[in-house]
Amino acid sequence: MNVAIVKYNAGNIRSVINALERVGITPILTDDPDQLRSADRVIFAGQGEAGTTMAYLRERGLDEVIRNLQNPVLGICIGMQILCRHSEEADTDCLGVFDADVVRFRPQRHEDKVPQMGWNQIADLRSPLFEGLRPEEYVYFVHSYYVPLCEQTIATTDYIQPYSAALHVRNFYATQFHPEKSGDVGERILRNFLQLPQS
Amino acid sequence: MLAKRIIPCLDIKDGMTVKGTNFVNLRQAGDPVALGKAYSAQGADELVYLDITASNEGRKTFTELVGRIAREISIPFTVGGGINELADVDRLLNAGADKVSINSAALRRPDLIDEIVSHFGSQVCVVAIDARETDGDWECYLNGGRVPTGRNLFDWAHEANERGAGEILFTSMNHDGTKNGFANAALRQLSAALTIPLIASGGAGTKQHFLDTFTEGHSDAALAASVFHFGEIPIPELKQYLSDHGVSIRR
Repeated sequence: MNVAIVKYNAGNIRSVINALERVGITPILTDDPDQLRSADRVIFAGQGEAGTTMAYLRERGLDEVIRNLQNPVLGICIGMQILCRHSEEADTDCLGVFDADVVRFRPQRHEDKVPQMGWNQIADLRSPLFEGLRPEEYVYFVHSYYVPLCEQTIATTDYIQPYSAALHVRNFYATQFHPEKSGDVGERILRNFLQLPQS
Repeated sequence: MLAKRIIPCLDIKDGMTVKGTNFVNLRQAGDPVALGKAYSAQGADELVYLDITASNEGRKTFTELVGRIAREISIPFTVGGGINELADVDRLLNAGADKVSINSAALRRPDLIDEIVSHFGSQVCVVAIDARETDGDWECYLNGGRVPTGRNLFDWAHEANERGAGEILFTSMNHDGTKNGFANAALRQLSAALTIPLIASGGAGTKQHFLDTFTEGHSDAALAASVFHFGEIPIPELKQYLSDHGVSIRR
């Protein structure tokens, strides 16, 4: 299987490559539009800041390329946020694939630390992406901004308030958490993504 | 619900695991990758690898080790030790580390925190603080607890938070190696003063100590070494115990 990882100015792409290699896939890291369009799967992952990430994608025309992909796409963390309409982080207009806006955590109590860092549970799983998972499995999150619950939510989680742990529309899937860092559970989610029917 | 984290810490010298007691007297405790994998399989939530090698050669060995850890282990891990400038951070993150822990270099030149945060984001920047209490005053120490700085623990932790650090890892030198429990009064005061997660380190000896640091110390995570390395507290048993006592824990 031909898996392309979007190459851009984000951190920690290496861990996604490592995770795919652990499940027997050697991905290509590329910003070439043709390679991204022709791949069996595209992963748009990483850690970064919304404003600089979008500016980078726009400069290279990657915003249009990603938005118009027809193959199954998995956004991870900042990848999921960039696939939304708008992010409160640096007041950034994003790709608009998901009909949702990204907002910053607003602590309610002193123990609400931001960023959320660590393992939290996902619930209300509604996607083949989560095939074979037990209810309320733990996955690894690191983030200061989140996507509220919406029609495209396929998994929920709760930190300060309930919000979207994962989204899906058409051929686009996305997780706020890091499957590549979520042990066996994350590995199962990555395998499930690779086994989705070609759209 | 966000789980409290259990973090085994592995001290690495020349590519092998060692454990210091009160920061001296090193004992050998196995292959770092095999040990990390075993901990991950047992349910450790994260791992910390500290490079205690001084030589350039040892540093190169450590970077190669980080690459192997990143390829083989599927939970987050932090690396620290000998990080003095942005180039060190870049090298270790490129090798596959999820976070870096900075200590003496940040105390000497606090701008390093801002630089890491602006280049790589808050989430990769763990500020580790070694401090000792004397007559009720907590003082920060440099170089693995050898050099006093005159800097107050709470002031420095607050400054690191303000500069954008993603987490604070606080080791009480009074408690480290004693197995008499974590410095919960200081941890509680730190937790109340910080807007970022706090990792407790130094003093773990029993399962109750972990429970206490979460309930009394308000810590977000607890780090320990020898109780895990020598099998004194098996992680599954610890997690069962914490869960039975009402702590939110990943099982």
